[in-house]
Amino acid sequence: MIPAPFTYQRAGSVDEALSLAAEGGDDAKFLAGGHSLLPLMKLRLAVPEVLIDIGRLSELSYVREENGHIAVGALTTHHDVASSGLVGSELPLLAHAAGQVGDPQIRHRGTLGGSLVHSDPAGDLPAVILVLDATLVARGPAGRREIPAGEFFEGLFETALEPGELLTEIRIPRPAQAGWSFQKFTKRAIDWAIVGAAVQGDQVALVHMGSTPLRASAVEQALAGGAAPADAAAHAAEGTSPPEDINADREYREHLARVLVARGLAEARSRA
Amino acid sequence: MTVNGRTVDADVPDRTLLVHFLREVAGLTATNVGCDTTSCGACTVLLDGQSVKSCTVLAAQADGHQVTTVEGLANGDGEMHPVQRAFHLEHGLQCGFCTPGMVMATVSLLAENPRPTEEEVRTGLEGNLCRCTGYHNIVRAVLAAAEGGDI
Repeated sequence: MIPAPFTYQRAGSVDEALSLAAEGGDDAKFLAGGHSLLPLMKLRLAVPEVLIDIGRLSELSYVREENGHIAVGALTTHHDVASSGLVGSELPLLAHAAGQVGDPQIRHRGTLGGSLVHSDPAGDLPAVILVLDATLVARGPAGRREIPAGEFFEGLFETALEPGELLTEIRIPRPAQAGWSFQKFTKRAIDWAIVGAAVQGDQVALVHMGSTPLRASAVEQALAGGAAPADAAAHAAEGTSPPEDINADREYREHLARVLVARGLAEARSRA
Repeated sequence: MTVNGRTVDADVPDRTLLVHFLREVAGLTATNVGCDTTSCGACTVLLDGQSVKSCTVLAAQADGHQVTTVEGLANGDGEMHPVQRAFHLEHGLQCGFCTPGMVMATVSLLAENPRPTEEEVRTGLEGNLCRCTGYHNIVRAVLAAAEGGDI
């Protein structure tokens, strides 16, 4: 399969990327690692007329410590996130989850920013970013702005980014509680999660239990009220609206959420 | 781009995938198109030394970069690369369709982790499928290549 015809443009800087996007309007899309976009284009599920390749903007590939946060450039590949010593020591949940995305070849190309702006509810990293209370930094025609992770994911493949805006950085505060766990339930090695759970301390987020990643608020409230982890996990499906597909119906996903959150909380406590 | 140390220069349509560029423009047909959906790994090549699935990379994205295919592994005298030799000696193939991708994924895996455990080999090759299900000998070949060192 070959994508439908498009015009390829290469940006040499963030400013050039933004001006190319402004010129291209609704017909243009940014291309980072291309591991979400190119498969969709081959299936004709996405048919942009202009692709703006930002993959060479090395200034957007970094991991560094800044004012008590960890700042990750949007174009940092999953491989580089997973193998970063700084992420490994300060944000082991993110390092581990980045190392679980797809397979090694996919992790060599796919980027953290690309995975977030794709906003697939079955994606692992949106839930991880959500549970870590990250802030997303975007640049666009109107300048730079910061978007809390809780306001970033708006729906299936939809984010708070405006047309022509580019995600440039993900800022993650040091977690207040150390224990973490990432639970991903799949049928085969490189499948998307049927359901997943990201746990950091007493904070819990769910993968594929709605049209966006979700915080398991009822679980978090139960834990805050002193409930035992196993009892709190029983609330994992509350407030969710899981999809039904060939892999699982609603009841099965709700069951998986309760089981995975229970395992996740237990593992996180064992690491605390 | 530079393919196996040789400059390959051509004007191609913007939508040309790297795997088609390698097969049809560079004339290097060892890299196979398998699933064409980023799943099977038959099209795995090295891009600047890292394994990638060339069905999911545009040729334009590899422009100016170094690409290595399985044809580029043997040395000038035709002596097999240690990973190729290990696949040969351990019979790490059946029909052979997945083999170029398996070998390239292995070269990348061992560059990142020169002495993997068996489990690390199995997870390290999770992006490569063998429809003959010949995984045992493939894993044995990778471990033998790691054992031999000099990768």
